[in-house]
Amino acid sequence: MSRRFLTGRLIDLGIVLIGVSVLVFLMIRLIPGDAIAIMLGANAEVTPERMAALQARLGLDQPLPVQYLSWIGGVVRGDLGTSIWTGRPVLDEIVANVWPTLQLTLLATLFGAGLSIPLGCFMAEARGRISEVVVRIVAIIGLTIPSFWLGIVLIFLLARYFPGVSALGYVPFSEDPLGNLQRMALPVFALSLPMLANLSRLVRSAMLDALGQDYVRTARAKGAGRRRVLYVHALRNALIPFVTSVGVSVGYLLGGSIVIEQVFAIPGLGRLVLGAISERNYPLVQASILVLTAFFVLVNFAVDLLYALIDPRVRVT
Amino acid sequence: MSLRNRPLTPLAPRHRAAMVAAASRHPLTAFALVFVALQVLLAIGAPWLGFQDPFQQVMVQRMKAPNALNLLGTDHLGRDVLSRIVHGYRTSLLTSTAAVGLALVVGGTLGMLAAYYRGWFERITMRIMDVFFAFPILLLAIGVIAILGPGIEGAAIAIAIVYTPIFARLLRGPALVICESEYVLGARAIGASDVRIVFHHVLPNLTSVVLVQTSLLLSAAVLVEASLSFLGLGAQPPVPSLGLALAEGRNFLLLSPWPAIFSGLAILFLSFGFNLLGDALRDSLDPRLRAV
Repeated sequence: MSRRFLTGRLIDLGIVLIGVSVLVFLMIRLIPGDAIAIMLGANAEVTPERMAALQARLGLDQPLPVQYLSWIGGVVRGDLGTSIWTGRPVLDEIVANVWPTLQLTLLATLFGAGLSIPLGCFMAEARGRISEVVVRIVAIIGLTIPSFWLGIVLIFLLARYFPGVSALGYVPFSEDPLGNLQRMALPVFALSLPMLANLSRLVRSAMLDALGQDYVRTARAKGAGRRRVLYVHALRNALIPFVTSVGVSVGYLLGGSIVIEQVFAIPGLGRLVLGAISERNYPLVQASILVLTAFFVLVNFAVDLLYALIDPRVRVT
Repeated sequence: MSLRNRPLTPLAPRHRAAMVAAASRHPLTAFALVFVALQVLLAIGAPWLGFQDPFQQVMVQRMKAPNALNLLGTDHLGRDVLSRIVHGYRTSLLTSTAAVGLALVVGGTLGMLAAYYRGWFERITMRIMDVFFAFPILLLAIGVIAILGPGIEGAAIAIAIVYTPIFARLLRGPALVICESEYVLGARAIGASDVRIVFHHVLPNLTSVVLVQTSLLLSAAVLVEASLSFLGLGAQPPVPSLGLALAEGRNFLLLSPWPAIFSGLAILFLSFGFNLLGDALRDSLDPRLRAV
C-alpha cells in the first residue's frame, strides 16, 4: 500500500471524525431550555440559580468554540462526561453495557456475511427466468422484513412450542458459554437476515458478472477445474464490492441492534441509549452516539484499507 | 416550453393498449405498481371506506381472534385491528413520504448544485454530507429525536435528515455526467441561467434515477419509521401506528398474538411493495442499470 494512499485515507478519517464530534457536541446545545429544567430532576425545585448552576456544570455558559475545545479535550483523554442521574462517568456505564452489543453485532456480521457467500454462489448457479424472479422476491422479503417483528414472532413460536427454552435476556459468555450462545441465536438471526439477503444477492450478481469476464474464460481455457474457476478466480473478484457492503452493513447492524436488544431484553448499548433518552440523561445519550459512530467510522476505515489489499487498482488513486 | 427543451425520455403511455403492452413487457413492475397503489389508496381512503372507528374501545371485546365482526381481531383495548392497521398505513405513509420528499428536495438540490458548480462548493457540501453519512442511520435518527422530542413530526424530520446526504450522493454522480454533456454546454452557450440549467436540463434527465431511488428509500423509511415508533420515539398513543401496535401487541403476545402479527405483516407489505417497485423500475426504466 502506497504511503500516499494511506495518508489520504488518514486525512479523510480525521475530517470525518472531527465533523462527527462537532455534530455530537452541538446536539446537547440544541436541546431546548425546558429540557435543562427537566434535567434538574423531579425532586429539585426549578429556580434560575439552579438552572444557571446546571448550565455551568454542563459548560453551557461559555462561548461555543471554547466549549467544544474543552469537551473534545476531555473526550480524547477518555472523559466523556458524567451521567446526570448517577453522577458516574458515562464511560463506565458505556463499558458496562458494550459487550452484549459488540457480541450481537459481531455474530450477526459473521453469520450474515459468512452465509451469504455460499448462498450467493448457489444462487448464481440457479439461472433462468422463473428462478431469477423467485431469487429476487425472496431476497427483497429478507431485506424488508422488520427485524423486530421477526424477533417477536420467533419469541412467540419458541414460547408456544418449546416453553422450557429461554430466549430472553443475556448471560455473559464467560459465565455460561452455552446459555450465552443459546440466547444469542434468535437475536443474531433476526438482526442479520436483511444483511444476509442483501449480501447474498450482491454476491450472486457479482459472481455472474465475474463469470462473464475474460480472465474466467482464460482460466477455463488453461484447464482449471470448475470449482477452482468458481471459488478462486471468480469469487476473489466478486468479493470486492462485497467487502465494501459488509462495512456499510455494520452501521445497519449497530442501529438494528438497538431495536433487537429491546425485543430480546438484552442489556446492551441500545437499551442504555433508550433509557437515557427517556430519563433525559443527555450526556449519556451524547457519549453513546459518539462511541458507536466512531466505532462505525473506524470499521469503514479498516474496510477501505482491506479493499485496497484485495484490489490493487484502488491503491493507485 | 418549446419542443427543443423537452428531455429526451420516452413519453408516458397514454392509451390503454400502450399501457397493457408496457405491463406485459414488465410484469414485475406492473405487479409492484398495483401492489403499492392498492396500499396507498387504502391509506388515503381509510376514513371513507367504512372501517370501524380506530379509537373506539370495546372493553368486553378485548383481544379477540379474527372473527366475522373484527376481520383481524381486536387489540388489548378492544379496538378493531383491521381499522388500526389501515389507519396505521396513513400514519406510516404520511411520515415516510413527507420525510423522503423533504430529503429529496434538499439533498437532491445540493447534489445537483455540487455537480454543476464543482470547486469549493462541491467539496464543502459533500464533506458535510460525508459527516452525516458517517452515522449509523437509526442512531442518527434517534439522536435527532432526542433533541426534537418523540412524535410523528420528530420522526419525519429525523428520517429527512438521515436521507438528505444519501440523496445528495445518489444524484451527484449521474448529475456530473449530465453536466458534461453537450446539451448542457449548449444551454450555457445560449445564456441560460444556472437555475434554469439545473432544473430544466439536468433534473429532467435524472427522472429515472430519482424514481428508482425514491421508491427504494421509501421502503427503507417505512422500516425506520416503524422501528422508531416501536421504540416509543415516533408516533405516540393513541395515534394508530404500525410500529406502536407491534410494541403494544408484544406485551400481550401469549394472550393474543394477532395484533402484533398483523401489524408486522402490514409493515412488511408496505416496505416490500416499495422495494420491489424500485427494483423493478430500475430494470424497466434504464436497461443500463439492470441488476443481473
